[in-house]
Amino acid sequence: MKKFKPFFLVILVLAILTPIGIYLPEKLQAGDAWGEWSPEDLSQEIGYVPQGMEKLSSVYQAPLPDYSAGELNPYLAYILSAILGILLAGGLIYLIGWAISARGH
Amino acid sequence: MHIPDGYLGPSTYLVMYGASAPFWVLSLAKLKKALKSRAVPLLALGTAFIFIIMMFNVPIPGGTTGHAVGASLVTILLGPWAASLATSLVLLIQALVFGDGGITALGANCFTMGVIIPFSTWALFRLLVGKSPSRPYRVPITGGITAYIALNLAALATAFLLGIQPLLYHTADGKALYAPYPLSVAIPAMGLEHLIVFGWVEAVVTALALFFIQKYDASLIALAKKE
Repeated sequence: MKKFKPFFLVILVLAILTPIGIYLPEKLQAGDAWGEWSPEDLSQEIGYVPQGMEKLSSVYQAPLPDYSAGELNPYLAYILSAILGILLAGGLIYLIGWAISARGH
Repeated sequence: MHIPDGYLGPSTYLVMYGASAPFWVLSLAKLKKALKSRAVPLLALGTAFIFIIMMFNVPIPGGTTGHAVGASLVTILLGPWAASLATSLVLLIQALVFGDGGITALGANCFTMGVIIPFSTWALFRLLVGKSPSRPYRVPITGGITAYIALNLAALATAFLLGIQPLLYHTADGKALYAPYPLSVAIPAMGLEHLIVFGWVEAVVTALALFFIQKYDASLIALAKKE
């Protein structure tokens, strides 16, 4: 475990730096990734919201949409999302690992 | 590259769930074997890394944004099955918690980023790294080239899935029901931005990480080990 400490630190530092990932696009007026527009934004380009998309796009509402948390400062929310993501990602791997090895014994 | 809900019609997303499902099952089965080694902490770190690196949106000024995926790096460190599992878990978390990538499109997104990237990286890296992976710079440079190609393949596949939607689903008067842009728009748009910008981001991230990991402990790079 000790061996992986530097890796863990790098990921933690990256987590704190993640707001760069929303600051720069804002600053340089870059929009969404290609093909990831909201139905409203898309309709401004093509003049209508595709019927099927209108139904499907609201099929699920994520609790922290686009790594934001309501009124919370977006940069802070982004960092907290990064940390939550790390915990969930690492936690799930350990949980799955534990579940698999528990079944094996 | 995270296709949202509403961009793929039902037959497409169901087929893509079908395409990804065997990789979910097999990658879990393969994890069983990996558990006997000490790979779990590194796999957890790799999964966290993929999540974090995707948050660094890289802007094309006045244009779109994109990001590295990190799945090529994890493939070179831990093999394609571990990378496939790690990427799929990240996509699941992103879809469920952060609404990044759709629930209906999860199968498609897992296939482009969690199958195409790991397995093309694995095949290309093994092919290109040759018999002297211990030479300095060989592993990082090969990793960078491989990551560049793999990300572009995934982008092309995503563009293909989006581009066939207007052919598959449209109203009688020709209006799209889901993703509206045809292949002739989707392929150049996604293809070029990944060839010119985002592929390089992925290449640099992968090469730099491999450079430092190789210095730190070369035995951590599974695909560079001699059989």
